[in-house]
Amino acid sequence: MEHIRMPKVENVRLLDRVSSRKATLGTLYLTATHVIFVENASETRKETWVLHSQISSIEKQATTATGCHPLLIRCKNFQVIQLIIPQERDCHDVYISLIRLARPVKYEELYCFSFNPKLDKEEQERGWKLVDLNEEYNRMGIPNNYWQISDVNRDYGVCDSYPTEVYVPKSATAHIIVGSSKFRSRRRFPALSYYCKDNNASICRSSQPLSGFSARCLEDELMLQAIRKTNPESDFLYVVDTRPKLNAMANRAAGKGYENEDNYSNIKFQFIGIENIHVMRSSLQKMLEVCELKSPSMSDFLWGLENSGWLKHIKAIMDAGIFIAKAVAEEGVSVLVHCSDGWDRTAQVCSVASLLLDPYYRTMKGFMVLIEKDWVSFGHKFNHRYGNLDGDPKEISPVIDQFIECVWQLMEQFPCAFEFNERFLIHVQHHIYSCQFGNFLCNSQKERQELKIQERTYSLWAHLWKNRADYLNPLYRLDHSQTQGTLRPQIAPCIFLYKFWSGMYNRFEKGMHPRQSVTDYLMAVKEETQQLEEELEVLGERLASLQKVQLNDNEVKSKQQDQNKELGRSTSNISLANTPQEYNNNLKSFPSRSPSQGDEEDSALILTQDNLKSSDPDLSANSDQESGVEDLSCRSPSSGGCLPSEDSGKDSDEAVFLTI
Amino acid sequence: MEFAELIKTATVESVLLSGAGLPPVRGTLCITSHHLLLSSRPGGDGAPGTVELWLLIRNVDAVEKRVQNLGWYQPPRTNSSQRDTRLAGSSGTITLRCKDLKVLQLEIPGMEECLNVASSIEALSSVDSVMMMYPFFYRPQDLRLEAGWHLFPLEQYYQQIATQTSQWRLSGVNRDFAACPTYPPAVIVPAAVDDEALRKAARFRQGGRFPVLSYYHQKNGTVMLRSSQPLTGPNRKRCREDELLLGTVLDEGERGFIIDTRSAQAAKQARMTGGGTEPKSSYPRWKRLHRPLERGRPLQESFIKLVDACNDTSLTMDRWLSRLESCRWLSHVKAALSTACLAAQCLDREEACVLVHGAEGTDTTLLVTALAQLILDPGCRTLAGFQGLLEREWIEQAGHPFHLRCARSAYSHARLKQEAPLFLLFLDCVWQLGRQFPFSLEFGERLLLTLFDNAYASSYGTFLGNNEKERCLCKVKESTHSLWAWLNQPEEKRKYLNPLYSRNALVIWPSVEPQSIQLWQGLFFRWIRSSKYLDEAWAEIQRLVENDDTSVEESAGNRRSQSLSDTAAQTENER
Repeated sequence: MEHIRMPKVENVRLLDRVSSRKATLGTLYLTATHVIFVENASETRKETWVLHSQISSIEKQATTATGCHPLLIRCKNFQVIQLIIPQERDCHDVYISLIRLARPVKYEELYCFSFNPKLDKEEQERGWKLVDLNEEYNRMGIPNNYWQISDVNRDYGVCDSYPTEVYVPKSATAHIIVGSSKFRSRRRFPALSYYCKDNNASICRSSQPLSGFSARCLEDELMLQAIRKTNPESDFLYVVDTRPKLNAMANRAAGKGYENEDNYSNIKFQFIGIENIHVMRSSLQKMLEVCELKSPSMSDFLWGLENSGWLKHIKAIMDAGIFIAKAVAEEGVSVLVHCSDGWDRTAQVCSVASLLLDPYYRTMKGFMVLIEKDWVSFGHKFNHRYGNLDGDPKEISPVIDQFIECVWQLMEQFPCAFEFNERFLIHVQHHIYSCQFGNFLCNSQKERQELKIQERTYSLWAHLWKNRADYLNPLYRLDHSQTQGTLRPQIAPCIFLYKFWSGMYNRFEKGMHPRQSVTDYLMAVKEETQQLEEELEVLGERLASLQKVQLNDNEVKSKQQDQNKELGRSTSNISLANTPQEYNNNLKSFPSRSPSQGDEEDSALILTQDNLKSSDPDLSANSDQESGVEDLSCRSPSSGGCLPSEDSGKDSDEAVFLTI
Repeated sequence: MEFAELIKTATVESVLLSGAGLPPVRGTLCITSHHLLLSSRPGGDGAPGTVELWLLIRNVDAVEKRVQNLGWYQPPRTNSSQRDTRLAGSSGTITLRCKDLKVLQLEIPGMEECLNVASSIEALSSVDSVMMMYPFFYRPQDLRLEAGWHLFPLEQYYQQIATQTSQWRLSGVNRDFAACPTYPPAVIVPAAVDDEALRKAARFRQGGRFPVLSYYHQKNGTVMLRSSQPLTGPNRKRCREDELLLGTVLDEGERGFIIDTRSAQAAKQARMTGGGTEPKSSYPRWKRLHRPLERGRPLQESFIKLVDACNDTSLTMDRWLSRLESCRWLSHVKAALSTACLAAQCLDREEACVLVHGAEGTDTTLLVTALAQLILDPGCRTLAGFQGLLEREWIEQAGHPFHLRCARSAYSHARLKQEAPLFLLFLDCVWQLGRQFPFSLEFGERLLLTLFDNAYASSYGTFLGNNEKERCLCKVKESTHSLWAWLNQPEEKRKYLNPLYSRNALVIWPSVEPQSIQLWQGLFFRWIRSSKYLDEAWAEIQRLVENDDTSVEESAGNRRSQSLSDTAAQTENER
């Protein structure tokens, strides 16, 4: 609380990002965990809640002509909030407070340590046990004749960013592992990520070897040989370096580098150029600038999108995943994947490949397991990458965001293949940044253990699982062909298949998205069908018994059924309400012209309030009585929980913290 | 002219057909007056052939031929050696680029055959006479010639309006196409303006297209009119009747909007060639808004460039986006939707009447008026309502010159004349609306694709000719079948319906942000990418929705059987 200089500011205006002419007047509150804006309009009292940990930047903008002070808050979940504060002093105080609040220095300051979903100890523990990696390796068929669990890293003695339990070839002795680890960046030795029990092919991961220009390591060579031999059918092993060749070569000068095919027996070495975290960070930055453009033209947008390179990078990651999945599924060849440290690109590529290979990872539970396995357990640096604590801004990069987008791109191509829907991905992304749950804290398993995360915080997976009805894809069916076996995305021509994900990057601009949700509608239809079928069954039974006793009171029951039917429809049929947007933009020349001047040859007349009889100050204001405000999220039954998208709605969980 | 004269080779054996996404098949190629057929013989001799290709030759946009001599030696140049050449393996490949954007390849043994086939197809596909088109020869057994032609009479549309207001009348001033050759015989005009005034106003508008009613907004009684540009010319001519006509549309103290689909600059320039705009001084109560929309040649070029980029498989991600940007197609989609929204906004929100025109009033004007109606009027969003809208705003009542605009598609090497894909742009905008409002259109993407195909090459007469006058002269309604008759057959109709449709009485305001506008993959990549997984998803949606319906029916049936058993029980009791 000591960081809050100004707990409440009145008469603040919240600007609508799409339509700058729309603004709502309200009060701004700063709490220990949230920035809250409450609208003044008495009938709605709409609230906008923003978690401090979601704030990525705060910018004081130039004072407006009317002497007000705009403050721009950009969030990691791609929300952009523009506030106008009447007093300079207040603005500055809010600014200074937020700067500090958005950059906590201790883990203990993060929301998850104060977040209390009112679960008892037992439920909390059960939540953490929902995803169990040992169970997952068992599911893959491990341990077996070739693979075993190794305790070489107990107490994090060999590699502090690896989990304590790693799966390695049976033939790799502790000596080999330790030797190999000394020849790898940050001692991240090759370990199993995915095993395909149908053909013994596997995906292993590591960091780059410290080969420099000529260094060799016998143990490392033996390690790779051991991995190759776990797949007796195949006589070679792919080693995939996910970096651009130039980057990898540059690393050699620093005593790092890549495997020399001559030194390792029977490997095939392959570069797949995915750019590094710095390139990705600036790419996202550029793309978000495009998203933030005020009424851009189609060309502005496409040009900006191309210039950002974002989709190119997404495709590079996907291509690497496709290559590996193909090697494992079609060629039956095992693959060792690394980049530099083996915790960013390697995590992306391994998880994309796993997702393509194994339908289990396309279920909701399986997806949680996948993130837990390839990201959390193998020491993806969540804290550094997503800036949970104040740190080096050069460490921040949207690595997992890119993976999540890859999944979405696949969902677009294979609409029936995933058990979960787009909303699930968006909420996972949100919580990676929210720090509301402990799952993604710190940079490694070791740190999390030291912090006693599992005792002190709650698991996101349990929370999502509890609300899974919201996240189901109605088109998913266990016996559908798309839910079987390996997914094979179209390879060429395919560039046009990669699309801009407005559901994520313009997530809060609801007006941009399809105004009716097919997913929600179909889900409702599905539930309704199920209900009807159940009732039908009950009715059938009842009828049978009724026919025996010859009673005729069935009318009532069937009427109820009618009502049910109607109910189902009305909840599913979202109010189609919407209002016209600004269709007359791009003509900025207007304000400088006086309306009367343009009589002769009005070169750029625009539809504005001046030349309309209407006194409505805003053409695009929602003045339509028949159409309410459309909000997709308000339909979902559990939005009373802690759904992250909520810029509205009182959130019982979060409201608790208002009082702190 | 006889078609037979154009066919140099009628059949060729052992032709290899290939196309994107299809396994190549070998068979016999036949050229008829209107079709290209390829039938394969899977079994031995005598087994019935399977027809692998049945292509309307009118659909062919470009023919490219490549001949190669695969022989080992240069054959001696004697008369008798011609056969040897062929045996030695000379062959040719013909690439057929179709108006529906499909690309087919025919590998034809024998150089001479190949050249003959190519020139036959070229000649047949460039027959330009309307009366020689296939619809005049097409006689399906299960359709009646007259069916579907008079489904949407303007009289009916007028009657609807007449129940609400008496300010409009149906005029027969154009009975013999004298006032305006591109208008139908009947038009809806202000009741206060007599035919004589209409005739005079027609002389003041390009092509005689005086302002007529296009849409009556029932909610508030405002109207949308359309016309062509006024012929003010360099001397700023005026026309009292035209001013009167527009004046009577507005009540005392009301103001209206003129949406000019040209830039202010272009409108001004049009004065030099006799056209122009309505000057403020003579139309004081009309506010002019300029919303430039692309048309004509630049629009056709945009279409060509887009299709070119879509077919270029060598593109990287970056190049693809810049090609997509530089062809500007999506910009045109955005501009068309925005302008239509503006028109709709004027009517619905500002409660003001609107007049839409560009230059000729047969292209971008219709794009705007048709889209605005789809946005405003739920009646236009049903399958039948949409057909009616097309008849009113594109075909019968509006006289979009389909024959000129759709003569060639994106592949043609022929010199561009009057081709422009305005109708395709309209269909694309409708698709965008359907994407943003997936429950609000009764029809699905498939209908839009079928309309695109038929506008460019069809067995039906619906899109023939440039206007009603031409269609009358050619007796299109008497001698060809209507596309609607075919579409509206129950088993056919089902394919075009949107299973998610539920009537939405509200105005559907689309988002026109670039993030909300997508490339219509179903059209531009129809023959390039496999849509297997998307089709499966669609089937799944259909299954879910139909399952729901059947279980409802079942429960209804159950109810029925219940009440039956109830009555049975009753009668038993009575007994």
